[in-house]
Amino acid sequence: MKKINFDLIVESIKNACLKLSSEYPKDVYDKLKNGYLNEDTDRSRKVMGILLENAEISKTNKVPICQDTGMVSAYVSIGKNVVIDGGSLNDAINKGVSLGYKNYFLRKSIVCDPLFDRVNTKDNTPVLIYVDINEGDKLEIILTAKGFGSENMSKMTMLKPSDGKSGVKDFVIETIKLAGPNACPPIVVGIGIGGNFEYAPFLAKKALLRDLNTQNTDERYAEFEQELLEEINNLNIGPLGLKGKTTALKVMIEHYPTHIAGLPCAVSICCHALRHVKLEF
Amino acid sequence: MKKLYLPLKDSDILDLVAGEQVYLNGVIYTARDAAHKRFVELMERNEQLPFDIKNQTIYYVGPTINSELNKFESAGPTTSSRMDKFTPILLDNGLKGMIGKGFRSDEVKASIVKNKACYFVAIGGAGALLAKCIKKSKLVAFEDLLSEAVYELYVEDFPVFVGIDVNGNDIYK
Repeated sequence: MKKINFDLIVESIKNACLKLSSEYPKDVYDKLKNGYLNEDTDRSRKVMGILLENAEISKTNKVPICQDTGMVSAYVSIGKNVVIDGGSLNDAINKGVSLGYKNYFLRKSIVCDPLFDRVNTKDNTPVLIYVDINEGDKLEIILTAKGFGSENMSKMTMLKPSDGKSGVKDFVIETIKLAGPNACPPIVVGIGIGGNFEYAPFLAKKALLRDLNTQNTDERYAEFEQELLEEINNLNIGPLGLKGKTTALKVMIEHYPTHIAGLPCAVSICCHALRHVKLEF
Repeated sequence: MKKLYLPLKDSDILDLVAGEQVYLNGVIYTARDAAHKRFVELMERNEQLPFDIKNQTIYYVGPTINSELNKFESAGPTTSSRMDKFTPILLDNGLKGMIGKGFRSDEVKASIVKNKACYFVAIGGAGALLAKCIKKSKLVAFEDLLSEAVYELYVEDFPVFVGIDVNGNDIYK
């Protein structure tokens, strides 16, 4: 049995909120820099240059990259031998985010009721928490803070098995076109294929947690990722939708077994401010 | 470097062409989803808006604010299309400029042309950089909306592109 102190988790999450909001993960920053170097018109270079300058300011001054500091999701992987000492894991995560968002003046963007009241919860909770229980005695928490400009442009569909690869491709490209400038390109595209109605979007979100320098372990999907990336970047949507070569930094697919009757497909678009932090206990 | 001084004059607006970069200087007002909803509700009841929108420019933003320093720390544009439903009535009542990001509806575009106004686009996700252009801020209304409250801002060399000009040309087309 391994005991992990409740307050330690709270404090770690609180502190992580600052890095989460003010620093690009290195793989994302490097892709942005490559995009900048690859742009060849005055305007697209200028736009990419502004994003890089913004990244420097936010990192140096410890202020948010983007004012939309997101709705927080926590992807938890916990060993069956782990015990949280002093409270529940859910409470620890919510308390940490609440303290972090208040302490670092991050935007409180969550309303208590989606349809009627829409009153702000004033501490950016609740956090959406997904738990995976496994062997061992480790606790790992990945926090993500995804903005809603791109979240609003994400889509899922239930394709037919006969729609196949071209059906997936058409849906992805159509979704990116509709998103256009609204999703704050250069975007990262997470695609979930398989599972069922709720699992495909989950896979698409999980895809966004991958390092941008990785590819799907199945060669066929890896090639499809590359094919889609090229096709998306040929759309000439460009940085912030103002035309150019860099519409997407990366396409990442996650797949899973599905039913004989279906081909669920979800596209989770993330703006250039792809933000996540991993905590290990 | 083309500078514009706010409030916008008709002669400035007639000069602007979709796609060009300009730097805004002067007073702008923040308002996004919830504030727009309240504006229109006030107008429907024939009540005064919290500020006179005639000739003014609205910035679609929900900033992060350091309340200890009373400072906007990150303040980039939000998606404009969510304000489309409320925009024509504001333009009909004298609003001249809007700053946001992304597509606008055909109704908004027609209203921009009809009312001789302009839609500017700012760089989405460059909140830290854009906040540095905000030199002063003052709460005007709807404090209960937190980041969606209405602020009067004084900006210097705030970088934008002309998104939709007075002839209906669109930077995204």
